[in-house]
Amino acid sequence: MSKLKELANKCEKLSFDLNFKAARKWKMEKEGRVIVGYMPIYFPREIIHAVEGLPVGILGGGDRKQIIVGDAYYQSYICHIPRGIIEMALSGHFADFDGFVFPSICDVIRNLSGMFQMSNIGKFAKYMDFPQDFSSEIGGKFYIQEMNSVLSKIKKINGVELTSTNLNNSIGLYNKNRRLIEDIYDIRQHSPWRLSAVDTYHIIRAGMVIPVEDHNIILEEVLEEIRQDIGEPMDKIKVVITGAFCEQPPVSLIRTIEMAGCYIVDDDLMLGSRWIQGDIDNTSDNPVRAISEAYINKSTFSSSVYDVGNPKSERLISLSKKRKADGIIFAAPSFCDPALLDNPIYNKACDDQKIRYINFQYHENIGQFKVIKEQVGAFSDSIKLWETDA
Amino acid sequence: MSENVKKEKSMILQKEMIGGLFKDLGNAKESGKKVVYTFVPGNLSELIRSFDMLMVYPEINALQSGMRKKSDEYIKEAEKWGHSEDVCTYVKCDIGMMLNGNIGPTGEKIPDPDLLLLSYTGCFTFLKWFENLEKLYPGVPVALLHTPYQENGEITPEMTDYMVKQLKNDVIPKMEQISGQKFNPEKLKTILQHSADTEDMIVKIFDTTKNKPSPIDAYFAGVYYIGPINIGFRGTAEATGYYKELYSEIQERVKLGLGPVTPEGEMKEEKFRLVVEGPPNWTSFREFWKLFYDMGAVIVSSSYTRVGGVYKNGFRHDPNRLLESLSEYCMGCYTNMNLKQRVDMLAQEIVDYKADGFLVNSIKSCNSFSAGQLLMMRTLEDRLGIPVGFIESDLVDPRYFSYSNIKNRLESFFQMLDQRKLISV
Ligand code: SF4
Ligand code: SF4
Repeated sequence: MSKLKELANKCEKLSFDLNFKAARKWKMEKEGRVIVGYMPIYFPREIIHAVEGLPVGILGGGDRKQIIVGDAYYQSYICHIPRGIIEMALSGHFADFDGFVFPSICDVIRNLSGMFQMSNIGKFAKYMDFPQDFSSEIGGKFYIQEMNSVLSKIKKINGVELTSTNLNNSIGLYNKNRRLIEDIYDIRQHSPWRLSAVDTYHIIRAGMVIPVEDHNIILEEVLEEIRQDIGEPMDKIKVVITGAFCEQPPVSLIRTIEMAGCYIVDDDLMLGSRWIQGDIDNTSDNPVRAISEAYINKSTFSSSVYDVGNPKSERLISLSKKRKADGIIFAAPSFCDPALLDNPIYNKACDDQKIRYINFQYHENIGQFKVIKEQVGAFSDSIKLWETDA
Repeated sequence: MSENVKKEKSMILQKEMIGGLFKDLGNAKESGKKVVYTFVPGNLSELIRSFDMLMVYPEINALQSGMRKKSDEYIKEAEKWGHSEDVCTYVKCDIGMMLNGNIGPTGEKIPDPDLLLLSYTGCFTFLKWFENLEKLYPGVPVALLHTPYQENGEITPEMTDYMVKQLKNDVIPKMEQISGQKFNPEKLKTILQHSADTEDMIVKIFDTTKNKPSPIDAYFAGVYYIGPINIGFRGTAEATGYYKELYSEIQERVKLGLGPVTPEGEMKEEKFRLVVEGPPNWTSFREFWKLFYDMGAVIVSSSYTRVGGVYKNGFRHDPNRLLESLSEYCMGCYTNMNLKQRVDMLAQEIVDYKADGFLVNSIKSCNSFSAGQLLMMRTLEDRLGIPVGFIESDLVDPRYFSYSNIKNRLESFFQMLDQRKLISV
């Protein structure tokens, strides 16, 4: 097996270890360590890392966890991810987790924080409100208060005081992590055949459940491999996928898209790990403020962020152009208000710019891909044909 | 309302107030009054009023379209425009109405906005709604007021400070610019005093359900009672007058030992007292209500009537803390409370109003209400040992109102309540 495949397989195992063995092992190695689970999309993991914590991303059970009690908590017209999360919580998957953070993204995740609180899951369950006011003095200050509130909860558990040196160190590690991930995307932009979208997905997703130091090593090893001229190009179109930032599609769906004739050159599947565009200052004597400034000024676009003044449709189109994509796939979880309510705006912007796109919906444990395969195949064929004609 | 139901004075007053509002909106161009589109939960009607601007509430338009049987067509129009069948139907109904010329309930076009004021409280979808509106009205200024969620079951001074700063920095300057008037704290003070008076009356009115029989239905009639405060009349002498009249009419019913007034006249026998969680269905509102009063069920308290403000806990707009109290009002609305607070409030209501049962009307559209409701229901069942019932419908999408399903479920629920009563006797 090639080194690259070995790395991808290792990451796949980590990503879908619903018992979080790597995180548990890490916690056991030293007294005072804490595990903090966070829900999609973005959470400033640096602050947890700086106080002897491991932030662990929670994305539900996907198609790997049978829902037995979760359905009794949610009506049929609510998306799928929270039922997997509650199922996991009630069946002990988060046993070693100390606390949970629910970033503001939608009312489902928000109310899930209340369900955790009412069910006494973890030592704390905090809904973290992200400012929709993007000025440093107002929204930025509020965001600092929210981060401090998380920090105070951790301090109550392990007594660790935040220092600027530690936080600057953590910021540096996550800066590196984001740079390495972007390097992978940049290589895949011109040579997507070197690393499949599924392997890319596993490699990046693994970073949500292991220490950032370990993930950085994996990413460096991956980069070393894919910087070489490996693999053979195939006749596929290049696409950007958007809308899949929270409830994840099953891996087979990502594979289906690739097999139906598309190279996925950008996506928002692991948006939280790529949220801040560029580095956060890791030299200041107020690093919490530096994180806040980065959130205010360097956030990517997302359905969870109010966009008037900096429309996300324009930002998506520039991303698609930057990646030299042939089209955009709007793939949203069923019943996901944030993603789905954006679609008409996005679609119109694509129409205006003559960018080809398709829309479809999925849920995390969808088992039939025939229709999507046909839809994506037809999309890819139409673009190829159009290019030949043109 | 059937012929034999005599219109009370308060009903006439309310009709006049609403008629006047739409007339003002119809004349906005001529009168030069500026129009602000904003939402009911966490509405800043007092502040808007202090600038002499008029208010349009997209969710009120949507619910009225539902009652006028127009929502079906509007929703389909929005779906043709690209909206998914899965998303909140209030948004789609409103967008469909706009795409159809934005004709209001009086048959007149609702004027376009001069300001889009997104004071978003308790619901994330409001953000998305306004992003869509912003595209439909390009160039119209948007002011945003982010209301922090009561995640820890409290309003902290930092949260209030965050809101006050947003008001000072963004909302008020935009209002000054649009209206051409300077912010006038004295004027706002007077308006807030009226609000506090109105809120006192609201609490008294909804507290009359303590009587047996209850003189009012706090859900089906309750939505009419909260109409004036939710569509911009809070803070006016008219509203205080209306609520005083309503209260005295209800007091009269209490004196005479009368039950609630329904569209078919007075409810004769009160058999079951219920607390209801969740918004009602608007497309079949009358049939929905009838399912209850035909069975002698009266709603003694509902969470939905708190969506535009929670006053029972003592909150009042405070003329001496202008912007702070506007902020605390926004943060206090029902859907901005965390689930634990919601459950505690409902539990208290069940006890205070001696309810026999608790019912959830789960709305397909509304994650803000619906996500977590099943746990809330089970918690109340365990905590109070009270029978609970569950039905599903939608606000304005008639495709999700199944009369027979709801009827079957309600019949079983009422049977359960009956049996419980027999056992306790
Ligand atoms: S999938 Fe969409 S609606 Fe569901 S929790 Fe995630 S963001 Fe919210
Ligand atoms: S989700 Fe609920 S609260 Fe939000 S706009 Fe829709 S109906 Fe209103």
